[in-house]
Amino acid sequence: MADPVEVNESFTVLKSPEELFAFWRRLENLPSFMKHIDSVENIDDRRSHWRVRAPGGSHVEWDAEIVEEETGRLIAWRSLPGSEIANGGSVRFRPATGNRGTVVEVTLFYEPPGGRAGAGLAKIFGEEPHIQVREDLRRFKQLNETGEIPTIEGQPSGRGPDREKVGGRKKRSAEPAHAAGSRRREVTP
Amino acid sequence: MRAVCWMGKKDVSVENVPDPTIINPRDAIVKITSTAICGSDLHLYDGYIPSMEKGDILGHEFMGEVVEVGPGNKRLKVGDRVLVPFTIVCGGCYFCQKGLWSLCDNSNPKAAMAEKLYGYSGAGLFGYSHLYGGYAGGQAEYARVPYADAGAFKIEGDIPDEKVLFLTDIFPTGYMAAENCSIEGGDTVAVFGCGPVGQFAIRSAYLLGAERVIAVDNVPERLRMAEEGGAEVIDENEVDDVLDELDMRTGGMGPDSCIDAVGMEAHGDGLDFLYDKAKQAMRLESDRPTVLRMAIQACRKGGTVSLPGVYGGFVDKMPMGTAFAKGLTMKMGQTHVPRYLPELYDLVQNGKIDPSFVITHRLPLDEAPNGYDMFVKKEDGCIKIVLKP
Repeated sequence: MADPVEVNESFTVLKSPEELFAFWRRLENLPSFMKHIDSVENIDDRRSHWRVRAPGGSHVEWDAEIVEEETGRLIAWRSLPGSEIANGGSVRFRPATGNRGTVVEVTLFYEPPGGRAGAGLAKIFGEEPHIQVREDLRRFKQLNETGEIPTIEGQPSGRGPDREKVGGRKKRSAEPAHAAGSRRREVTP
Repeated sequence: MRAVCWMGKKDVSVENVPDPTIINPRDAIVKITSTAICGSDLHLYDGYIPSMEKGDILGHEFMGEVVEVGPGNKRLKVGDRVLVPFTIVCGGCYFCQKGLWSLCDNSNPKAAMAEKLYGYSGAGLFGYSHLYGGYAGGQAEYARVPYADAGAFKIEGDIPDEKVLFLTDIFPTGYMAAENCSIEGGDTVAVFGCGPVGQFAIRSAYLLGAERVIAVDNVPERLRMAEEGGAEVIDENEVDDVLDELDMRTGGMGPDSCIDAVGMEAHGDGLDFLYDKAKQAMRLESDRPTVLRMAIQACRKGGTVSLPGVYGGFVDKMPMGTAFAKGLTMKMGQTHVPRYLPELYDLVQNGKIDPSFVITHRLPLDEAPNGYDMFVKKEDGCIKIVLKP
C-alpha cells in the first residue's frame, strides 16, 4: 500500500467562524464548492454518504462519519471501515486578526489503495492534489463572500463556430455591419 | 452582436459573436452606448501582455443601459444608465471593503494563473487577458457585467456620454496617480507621458493642490493639450537632456513627485532603451522601464514616484540604489475605480472638469481596427478614440 497522501491549505474568508462553520456543517453544501463531489447525503446526524465523480463517467462512493466537532471551530470526518478508499479530513475555523474574518484551514488525507479505486482517486486529485484542494477552498470563500463563483464559461468570444467577421483594418464589410443583427436590438426600449 | 476581437499581435477585427447572457445571479447585461480604446489596450495590441487568446473581446472603458439583470441583483433595474468600471469588483471581500477595489480577492476566475506569476491575484478586468480573468470586454454592442450590483455606477439625467465615459478608467487612473503623489501646497509634479492618462494626471494634480505641473512628451499635439491643462511642457525633441531640464526648472531640487504615465512600452534614445528593446525582442525582459528609470532619477529626495502606466512582468537595470539613496516612495497598481467614481462624477456634474477635452476621434465600432492602427502610430493627431456601437 502506498503512503497516505495529506494536503493542507488555508484561506482567509471575510465572514464569522460561526457562519462559515454552519455553511460547511450542512454537508449537502459541499458539492457547491468541491468540484469532484457529486453529492453528500446525510444518513444521520454523524454519518453521511459521499458520491464522487471519477474519470470515465464512473463514480466512487463511501460512507463517512464526523469524528470530532466543536461548534464554530472544528469539523473532522473520516470514511467508515470497509470503504473503497480510506480518506478523511478536517476543517478548522479561527478568527483572523484585525477584523479580517476567519482563517479556514483544511487538511485532507487519503490512502491510495492501489487497484482501480486508487488509480481513479489519483486521477481525480491529479498530480497536484493541493491545487485541487486550494481551488475548492477558493470557491468556498467566493461563495461565502459573494454568493456566487466567478466564471467566464458561456460568455461570447470571437472563437465560436457562429462568429463571422464584420470588419478588419483598411477594408470595410460590403454589407452594413448590423445586417446580421442582434436579438436584443429589437427588444430594448 | 458585433464585437472587437483580438485575433493576434497587431490584429484586431470586428466579428459577429453571440450576445452575452446572464451567467451568475448578480450579473447584468448592458447595452453599450459609448466605449473607448485605452492606451493600455495598445499593450495588448502590440502583444506585450501575456495570456491573450485569439477571439478575446477587447475593451474596458464603456457605459450604457441595463437591459437585463440577474435574479441576485437587487440594486439595478432594466433601463438604468450605468458607468462600468474596468475593474470587476465583488464588494464583499477584505480588499473591496477596504477600498482597494482593484485588488478584489474574488472576481478573477483565473486567480490560480495570476498567483503563479504574481504570488496573489488582483481583480478581474474587462477585456484584459486571461491573467486578469479572461472576461469579454466592452468594445461591443453588449457586455455582461459580473457583480453589477457592486461595480456598476448609476447615473441620472441626460449628461452626455462623452462627459462621463472616462470615469470608468482614465480619469480615475490619472486622479489616483496624482493622489498617490501625496501632493502638498507648493509642490511641483512631473508627468512623464501626455497620453490620455497623463492628461488626466496633469489636471488631477492641480485639483489636488499642486502649484506646478511639468509635462514631458515628444508628440506636439499631446504637449499642446498638456499646456491647455495648465502644465509647463518639456518637448523631448527640443532639449538635450530631460533630466537636466527638469533639474534646471526646479531650481536644482527635482520635482516633488514624478508620474510615469507611460509604462512598459516606453521609448527613448539612450543605451538603456536599446538594451531593453533588444532584451524585450528576445523575450528576456518583458517590460521596457525607460521612463520609470528617468522618473526615479529625476525625483527630488524624499519624493514619490507614482506609476499609473501598466507593467506586466519583469524589468532590468532598476536604479534601486538611486531610489534608496534618495529615500523615495513608490506607489502603483491598477486603479481602485469605485473609490474615486462618486467624487469625480460630482466634479464633472458641477462643471469643474469636462473630461471630453481628451477626445480627438469618434468612430463607429466597425472602424475599431483602423482606430487601433491610428492610435498606435499616433497618426492624425490621435490622442483618444471613442467608439459608437
